Amino acid sequence: MANTEVKAMRRPEYKRGEKMAGSIMSLPAVLLLLAFLVVPIIYTIYYSFFKYQVMRPDSITFHGITNYLKLFGDKDFWVALKNTVYFTVLVVPIQCVLALALAMLVTSKRRGVSIFRTMYFSPQVTSMVVIAILWTILYNSSATTGLINAFLKNMGMGPVDFLNNPKTAMNSIIFMSAWQGAGYQMMIFLAGLNGIPAEQYEAASVDGATKVQQFLYVTIPGLMNTIKYVLMITLIQAMKLFTQPYIMTKGGPQNTTKTLVFYIYEQGFQKGNFGYACTAATIFFIIVVVLSLIVKKLTKTS
Amino acid sequence: MIKSKSSMKRSQTLGHVAFYLGNLIIGIIFVSPLLWMIASSFKPESDIFANMTSIMTFIPTNFTIENYMEVFGRLNIPQVLFNTLSYIAIVLLGDLLFGSLCGYALAKMKFRFRGLILTGVIALMSMPVEAILLPLYIEMAQLGWVNTMMGLTIPFMMNCFSIYMFYSYFLDIPNDLIEAAAIDGCGPIKTFFKIIMPVAKTVYATVFILDFVARWNDFMWPFLITTGENKRTVQLAVQVFFGTQPIHYSAIMAALTLASIPMLIMYIFMQKYYVQGIASTGIKG
Repeated sequence: MANTEVKAMRRPEYKRGEKMAGSIMSLPAVLLLLAFLVVPIIYTIYYSFFKYQVMRPDSITFHGITNYLKLFGDKDFWVALKNTVYFTVLVVPIQCVLALALAMLVTSKRRGVSIFRTMYFSPQVTSMVVIAILWTILYNSSATTGLINAFLKNMGMGPVDFLNNPKTAMNSIIFMSAWQGAGYQMMIFLAGLNGIPAEQYEAASVDGATKVQQFLYVTIPGLMNTIKYVLMITLIQAMKLFTQPYIMTKGGPQNTTKTLVFYIYEQGFQKGNFGYACTAATIFFIIVVVLSLIVKKLTKTS
Repeated sequence: MIKSKSSMKRSQTLGHVAFYLGNLIIGIIFVSPLLWMIASSFKPESDIFANMTSIMTFIPTNFTIENYMEVFGRLNIPQVLFNTLSYIAIVLLGDLLFGSLCGYALAKMKFRFRGLILTGVIALMSMPVEAILLPLYIEMAQLGWVNTMMGLTIPFMMNCFSIYMFYSYFLDIPNDLIEAAAIDGCGPIKTFFKIIMPVAKTVYATVFILDFVARWNDFMWPFLITTGENKRTVQLAVQVFFGTQPIHYSAIMAALTLASIPMLIMYIFMQKYYVQGIASTGIKG
């Protein structure tokens, strides 16, 4: 191998220098990751076994698994978990199907297609804060101040109190989130669609396959890996829901939009139950890791 | 399949029409919330909720920039912009410089703990930051960094995704290039800055745009770490503005538009790299 020959030409001093250089080059990044990622992870788990109230940092006492028992007995925690799961189970398929549909619309190489791509992607470039505020106003319960209700009234429906009705609040957040996020998955699908060889479509059309058949028997199998990947990242992102309920509903009405991250935030930063919040964070962390491992496993086998 | 030339041409034209018309209609419906936001930001307050059932709700007939004047009057825009851009600049410094150095070392050099560091970086990539914000906050408090630029910026200077992006990009750089530089007497660090960096512009641009948009749009960390007005970033300022009396919806729309337009322009100019970043690793800050 030419590679080893060249390596053999090197003087040993350089090799020693390289060893040092590699460590030096990666040192700043590694130190930053240790200080602000690894240490907080360790502390999250560590404090989850302690009674630690922010107001009384002098009286930190070891609590064993008391926090965990308390957490599993807390109705609010289960509600938060249920809400997070509900959001995830609905938003993931809706957002992914929408994203695939959009990708199919703009997969063509026609001139000006990037304008349409930009249109579908634009909610994604806009921040979640902006989108959440905008939709809070769009969702306004009265037909005279809410654009969506004005539209519904015109069609002889409504008015719907989207964000203040426990039945509709989370669904309204799901609809908005899918709309905001779909552009992102669309871009990944576009890359996947690009990877399907054109000959497969030609062969299918020679065999007399309709457009629908081509989609089912060429596009979908060709996209399988992309679909799995998109499902995974959408799933993990959905589990972290916080900004939308924080801005739009403050977790209400009747706690129907309070999510796990919201619960952690509330316990830790608002109520000051720091140790207890770390317990919830540890459980959240475990759920996300286990979920992503399961999805990874599922995507590997087939 | 045998088709006459003219019928093929006709079906092609039909396809064109369907494509452009379909996308135009669906696209406009899709972005209509954003169009309404921009249109409303140029309307007097009394016009925003008038005519909501007609198409005129998307057109500012009584065009005014009064709302923008109000936003500039009520928010300290230069301060907010300064805070946000400093946040972005420091994160970029970490990700682009330290991240690429680390990614390069992992891809092309042998050194102690290389395997461990690489495994750690990959494992921590899917780590939900939301789970560790509490101890991170306590760490900031112990350092005395709450509500300081240090506290806002330094914890997020390094991102495993960026290291991984650089790592996978540098893996594909031919070893010959590095060997040639070594024979010419370039040390490894000099090789990196003189030879490697200039050929890797694409990956730098990709990480740049992904970081820029992610940090501009970031809400949770600035929200937790800043306590006062003087350290607020764009998203925080907008969120506070939304909840502050007097509530003028037209001014809120102007603030939302101001917070969004820079990223939209940025995206249009750096679309290629942004899309590349999403498509290659599917990352999002």
